[in-house]
Amino acid sequence: MKLLVLIPAFNEENTISDVIEETKKNLPEADILVVNDGSTDRTKQILSNHKNIKALHLPFNMGIGGAIWTGFNFFCKKDYELLVRIDGDGQHPPAQARSLIEPLLKKEADLVIGSRFIKREGYLSSLHRRGGIKLLNILTAFLLKKEITDNTSGFRAYSRRAANLLRKDYPFDYPEPIEVYLLSQKGLKIKEIPTEMKEREGGVSSISLMHSYYYLIKVLLTILVNFLYGGKK
Amino acid sequence: MNPYPISPIQIVSITFSIFLLVLIAILIRKKKIREEYAILWILIFLIFLLLSIFRGAIDTISSLLGIQYQPASLFLILIASLFLLTFHFSLVISDMKKKINHLAMTLSILEESLSEEEKNSS
Repeated sequence: MKLLVLIPAFNEENTISDVIEETKKNLPEADILVVNDGSTDRTKQILSNHKNIKALHLPFNMGIGGAIWTGFNFFCKKDYELLVRIDGDGQHPPAQARSLIEPLLKKEADLVIGSRFIKREGYLSSLHRRGGIKLLNILTAFLLKKEITDNTSGFRAYSRRAANLLRKDYPFDYPEPIEVYLLSQKGLKIKEIPTEMKEREGGVSSISLMHSYYYLIKVLLTILVNFLYGGKK
Repeated sequence: MNPYPISPIQIVSITFSIFLLVLIAILIRKKKIREEYAILWILIFLIFLLLSIFRGAIDTISSLLGIQYQPASLFLILIASLFLLTFHFSLVISDMKKKINHLAMTLSILEESLSEEEKNSS
């Protein structure tokens, strides 16, 4: 199984090396692709010092969705079979990445999500963000008749089929909850496994406090439009 | 045809509408504006030209819509046109953003394979 680890990075000069080294240690057979999303710090230089990794440098900051989408396109262009996403800020533990791949190998799912909320250990995000996550979960349960405990987690593994479907019409801005909808609508299986996360070690979240409400409204809008539109087809 | 004598404001608005139409035509000729984006503008200027020539039209529209203050229907038409234009721009911008993202993605992948090839050949 050819495995690609996708690490999106935007201004992660303090953490990116650790994430790469940890990933190499835990998944020695995998190719590592870092998508540098138009970083303005030393991320690019740091990446050029790493050997045996692939790096894509976007000419401007596209946002997390753009970086993931670029990774999906790279993945689909080459003959990889499995994709794991590990964020460059050090939140996602590469040591647990292997457990994300297991259900894919057993063909139990096309998307595996590492959830913070199954065991409720480690860093669980701030209170008002958890409120937003909860609301998304209620909506998901209602619309998809499916329980996803951590819809915003970016610690995920994809089958080739899932990546190929998503790359065609990718939700650029805040992709994680929408991925679940798009794939469910196409009848792909989604599985969650318990993981622990750390509070980000460096960089700035793609969603600031002010933005989290905007995020929520935007995601809800996309979900509703997708659901209504997808339901008619 | 026109029951009203021509008024100064009519002369101003007719001249202005014709000026804008000519301006658009020149811009299209000089390839400064693409035809697809100019069509909406031309349509809107034409409507204003017609409204300026046939003054009674505003009265007719007002009474049809039940608007008592006639200038309000003029503003209504104006605002509706501007809405249409800005909406059109949102569509164009979204489309451009999509294409730019696609270019950036392709560029980054090409750059990578190029540097990979350089590494292999050296």
